[in-house]
Amino acid sequence: MHVDWINSIIQGVLLGGLYAMIAAGLSLIFGVMRLVNIAHGDLIILAAYLGLTVASALGLYPLTALLIVVPVMAVIGYGLQRIVLNNTLSDDILPPLLVTFGLSVIIQNGLLEIYSADPQKLDAGQLGVASTNVAGISVGLLPLLMFVTAVVVIAGLQWIFYRTALGRAFRAVSDNQDVAQLMGLNKRHVYGVAMALSLAVVALAGIFLGMRTSFDPSIGGGRLIFGFEAVIIGGLGNLWGTLVGGVILGVAQNIGAQINPGWQVLAGHVVFLFILAVRPRGLFPRMTG
Amino acid sequence: MADPLLTLTRLDAHYNDFQALFGIDFDIAEGEVVAIIGSNGAGKSTLMRSISGLITNGASQISYRGEQIGALRADQIAEKGIALVPEGRQLFPSLSVEENLLIGGQIGRSGPWSLAKIFELFPVLQERRDQASTSLSGGQQQMVAIGRALMANPDLLLLDEVSLGLAPVIIKSIYDALPQIVGGGMSAVIVEQDISKALSVSSRFYCLQEGRVSLEGESGSQTREAISRAYFGV
Amino acid sequence: MSSMQDHTVVRSSRASRFAALAGIAILILLIAAPLWAGRADMRLLGELFLYLALASLWNLLAGYAGLVSVGQQAFVGFGGYLLFALTIFGGLHPVLAIGVAGLLGAAIAVPVALLIFRLRGAYFAIGTWVVAEVFRLTFAQISVLGGGSGSSLPVSIVKSVAANRTMREWTSYWMALGLVVLVLAVVYLFLRSRRGLALTAIRDNELAASSLGIDIWKTQFQVYVVTAGLTALTGGLIFLQKLRISPDAAFSVNDWTAFVIFIVVIGGIGTIEGPIIGTLVYFALREFLSDLGTIYLIVLGVVAILIMLKAPKGLWGLIRERWGIELFPLSHRVIYSKPDKEK
Repeated sequence: MHVDWINSIIQGVLLGGLYAMIAAGLSLIFGVMRLVNIAHGDLIILAAYLGLTVASALGLYPLTALLIVVPVMAVIGYGLQRIVLNNTLSDDILPPLLVTFGLSVIIQNGLLEIYSADPQKLDAGQLGVASTNVAGISVGLLPLLMFVTAVVVIAGLQWIFYRTALGRAFRAVSDNQDVAQLMGLNKRHVYGVAMALSLAVVALAGIFLGMRTSFDPSIGGGRLIFGFEAVIIGGLGNLWGTLVGGVILGVAQNIGAQINPGWQVLAGHVVFLFILAVRPRGLFPRMTG
Repeated sequence: MADPLLTLTRLDAHYNDFQALFGIDFDIAEGEVVAIIGSNGAGKSTLMRSISGLITNGASQISYRGEQIGALRADQIAEKGIALVPEGRQLFPSLSVEENLLIGGQIGRSGPWSLAKIFELFPVLQERRDQASTSLSGGQQQMVAIGRALMANPDLLLLDEVSLGLAPVIIKSIYDALPQIVGGGMSAVIVEQDISKALSVSSRFYCLQEGRVSLEGESGSQTREAISRAYFGV
Repeated sequence: MSSMQDHTVVRSSRASRFAALAGIAILILLIAAPLWAGRADMRLLGELFLYLALASLWNLLAGYAGLVSVGQQAFVGFGGYLLFALTIFGGLHPVLAIGVAGLLGAAIAVPVALLIFRLRGAYFAIGTWVVAEVFRLTFAQISVLGGGSGSSLPVSIVKSVAANRTMREWTSYWMALGLVVLVLAVVYLFLRSRRGLALTAIRDNELAASSLGIDIWKTQFQVYVVTAGLTALTGGLIFLQKLRISPDAAFSVNDWTAFVIFIVVIGGIGTIEGPIIGTLVYFALREFLSDLGTIYLIVLGVVAILIMLKAPKGLWGLIRERWGIELFPLSHRVIYSKPDKEK
């Protein structure tokens, strides 16, 4: 019986990788422009459907479809930021919130219109069922790959943020928009690039999500919430914190499901609310909300 | 006289409904150092914000090398070769000293200034290159702010109240560095509340009062009384 | 400069006095609806009232108190479920049960607020959504209320509202009308009160409000709890009309939050008139476009985004800007007894 528990904890850790990828994209744009994108979850589902269309139209394996889906989502992100979201940014939090909420409803219903409400899945083939044996416990290769990808994505974002000229620009614009402009940085472009990067990560999360479980247009909101919970648990502004937050959430959900299948998602929320109650700024905060 | 580098023609500037500048006429030639003096609230910083594009103006009100730049964004103006050392230094707190300097140079204009040259000018910054900019003293932060602007290799440097809040000995060391900075033919506009300091390093000056030019001339030409009158409006 | 005697400060204007009279006339007409309206019209009006109540409450929360919630469905569903629980297991009369549901909705909002008020701005918004999800998942676990598939209100309870169907429909129509009058009165009186003025100050400038010594947290907390209670009350009425409840319907983010937000944004956020205009526009659009199904929601979303970007004060803002009228007199204006020579 205890093997089941260890197994569900390991599965939870690996699932946390997916949540961390969702959270990292959310955290990135909040860090650069203080924008919380309510449509983030729906964009993940959009990416999964794009993957579905690309994979079936070109006969590609879902992970190969990333070569198309990632740049397409990045371009969508840049365009969305330049055309719509840049016009919502001011001291007032209401416009970005309501506009991204509107986008969420538009994307969700647009997907419903095009793809119907029927659940879909990306065919992961052999990778979907393959597993490796670690100390007597069977670990699926796909969840493992997903987790490793999340670690690489977060390490990559961390490197961009703290080791490159682009990251310097992100931090400068985040610190002081006016003075950043004086340095020749066009903040509208910098924001566009940040959103492009965020949606590139969203594309990865969407494809992995679609390979792991079935999806339909209505589940975006739920993914947004998981990502958000991972951000808050880990601590605002801390990219590695999102990985910790994602893992805690994934483990909580899997333990909840182990106790009672109906408690899976609820257990995650309860752990989130508990951490909010005892550590309102998350476990490893780096900045204030 | 050669064509001026920068010309302001009847420049007005507004913050929402509040008008801060009224019909300012101003010019500066290549290689010239011009001082702007005036009391608090006279419009000196607004003038700097207008020239550098943080406040948008009518296109024709500001011309630079014969080009109308009044309506351009701050980043576009920076690319033309105008750099501002803003009032209160305004370093980027999440960037290290070196990163603050590097971001100043990210426009990629060529010229004499490089990271090594800045460290030569202000050696203390080299020792502290990896520190957070917030950990420096006020004077050192001002050095970073000046270095950050120089890294853009500007043709026109705008210095807004660089001595504000600093100890006299620090102010002296910063002003001692000024000849090295403008020696290479760079033009500079120096905004100061300290009249004698401003006049000692400039060849011409403008005095602002309540958003208007109240007096202008050669830095050595005016009597103290005339300047006081223009400065305080009494 | 005018001397003190030259002017008076007034709240009401000719438009607002006319609006008050028209409002009373419309109210009498609406109370008498069973005399002139058909069954379908009354059902539509009843639904319109409930949406207007939700929209006015959300507007008070987001437009005045700066608490942008995307989780008000938590309280709609809570009120609905409590109506079912209190009548089925508590044996309460449905009307009483709805009242109790409202009180309990306010009560549960207290610990919820203590928790989610730790989040600021947009994160607060998502926090409210998490709470709504917790409510939904919890009620889905309660098997005596039908678990995930929900349950229907037993016939005996339905009959206890009124003996015949016509009387029941009239009762629920009048209750919805009564609710919307109550909500509008609460919002209006609240905004005219000292606390209400404080709210407007918060919205316009949080820093200024705090420097005036207004306890922002306390005011926001009160607004949150009061709107939660009234939203739960509305939820009870909604599900008394529907007679069937399920977790997905009770805690639907689309039905009880997305539509409501669109109504307020289109009508004009931060005004009392906005939600009224928005509700009328929403129901008019729905009559024409509802056949389009999901396209209708997309259209609403696009319209709301365009309004947010191009006319953030909504339709009412445009009207007010053009004609300077205000139906609910909230702002003070100065009337000079002599003509103003400077203008």
